[in-house]
Amino acid sequence: MEAARPDFVADVSAKLLVDGVSKWFTPSRTHVHALDNVSLAIDEGEFVCLLGPSGCGKSTLLDIMAGLTMPDSGRVLADGKLVEGPGRQRLVMFQESALFPWLDAFGNVMFGLRLRPDLRNAERKDIANHFLKLVGLEKFKHAYVHELSGGMKQRVALARALAPDPQVLLMDEPFAALDALTRDQLYDDIQQIWMESRKTIVFVTHNVREAVCLGDRVVLMSPSPGRIAQIFDIPLPRPRDINSAELAGYASQIAAALKGNMKKAASE
Amino acid sequence: MKRVAIALFFFAVLIGLWELAVRSGRWSPVLLPSPIFVAEYIWAALLDGTLLESTWVTLKRLLLGYAAGVIIGLPLGLLTSTSQVFEDTIGALALGFQTLPSVCWVPLALIWFGQTEGAMLFVVIMGTVWSVIIATDHGARNIPPIYARAARTMGSEGFHKWTRVILPASLPFLVSGMKQGWAFAWRSLMAAEIYVTILTGFGLGHLLHYGRELNAMDQVIGIMIVIVVIGLLVDRLLFSPWERVLHRRWGTNVKET
Repeated sequence: MEAARPDFVADVSAKLLVDGVSKWFTPSRTHVHALDNVSLAIDEGEFVCLLGPSGCGKSTLLDIMAGLTMPDSGRVLADGKLVEGPGRQRLVMFQESALFPWLDAFGNVMFGLRLRPDLRNAERKDIANHFLKLVGLEKFKHAYVHELSGGMKQRVALARALAPDPQVLLMDEPFAALDALTRDQLYDDIQQIWMESRKTIVFVTHNVREAVCLGDRVVLMSPSPGRIAQIFDIPLPRPRDINSAELAGYASQIAAALKGNMKKAASE
Repeated sequence: MKRVAIALFFFAVLIGLWELAVRSGRWSPVLLPSPIFVAEYIWAALLDGTLLESTWVTLKRLLLGYAAGVIIGLPLGLLTSTSQVFEDTIGALALGFQTLPSVCWVPLALIWFGQTEGAMLFVVIMGTVWSVIIATDHGARNIPPIYARAARTMGSEGFHKWTRVILPASLPFLVSGMKQGWAFAWRSLMAAEIYVTILTGFGLGHLLHYGRELNAMDQVIGIMIVIVVIGLLVDRLLFSPWERVLHRRWGTNVKET
């Protein structure tokens, strides 16, 4: 277990480098310090979970990595290049599926593929079919979004995010709105897909077990201002079962640290 | 089938009550003609061609004015929904003029354009465009921002984002905006035709007006019925198919059939 790296040195070779990022929000008079000098290096093929209570800035940090939000100070580098806006190499999967209701499942997966001029249309269709099959929804390719269950929607969203072959997948609490059984199934699926594709994944969650189950590293964040409190390595073998005892051991350790941070934040 | 039967029964009862009221003799038949006379008027007007001719004249004006109103209103509504400057200028203007009943444009139209087709078109466009702007603006504002965010991460920006995301996302609102625009256009045109007599064509509103001048209540009521039927037909033919497609895709308003 390593500390919060106050001696962070910008490692430009990282897949994704967050370098001294700060962000303030100023909604009506109050001045919210959402992120305070956050630095984090994420390696190629790594599965990193950003964990923290609501208001710790984890979703804001993900948005900044995606290029959807610009930091007030600091910078994000992807493959050593400054992130100045959203890009196809870093696709985001949102908590709500954000699928387009005017397209069917297949059309949704095709959306990102159509924006890749390097592909021919036949190739795009093959890729879309492949990824719908990968998430087990080839039979539902012509279903409209409202005809799918919550879990199926997130599977389509996953297929849509994977299909254009991004190097980095940014996931913002993608399973938070699902029931426990569906979630457990998706933990298996996402691990399987990650082990096969070795994408770099940044996964935001407020669920400690979820973070331990999925992450190579769990980045614990603390609120007001949003900071990285501690980083935990999770050296468990994969695929991991979220209900295993070993996993629970790590989870209780992180949960204790989380509680300590929140108490500290409340007393300040 | 059952729904059609219920509807037919309802209207049959309504007409029956009307006929009963006529037969009771409490009201002069000049003021309240029998539904049979009204039906006879409509049939005769159909046969001698006046009804079809007037309907054609009216629909031509309506479609022209409505098309112009939508073509002007849609882009302006999209602009006011995205730009603060347009919202504070065009948006405020639309909000103000929307409260103005379209018949209030008639005196101005008469002075500017005289008794011409131009005056008719002007009234219809003024009656339509503001409500289309407001409905479109409202629709575009109600698109969940997550659609645009998701699209941006997939590399959809600018023109592509507008045509492939914002426009389809706002379709349900656009259709209701266009529907509202249609209702406003129809009302404006009738107001204009009743008040403005021009020689280039007698529309349904003119027939209604002359019915009053001639004290021909069968004509007045007959034309009113024709106007209602045209409104319903347009709703069924022009808007219902669209709404069905949208409801099916969005999964809204799914009724047990």
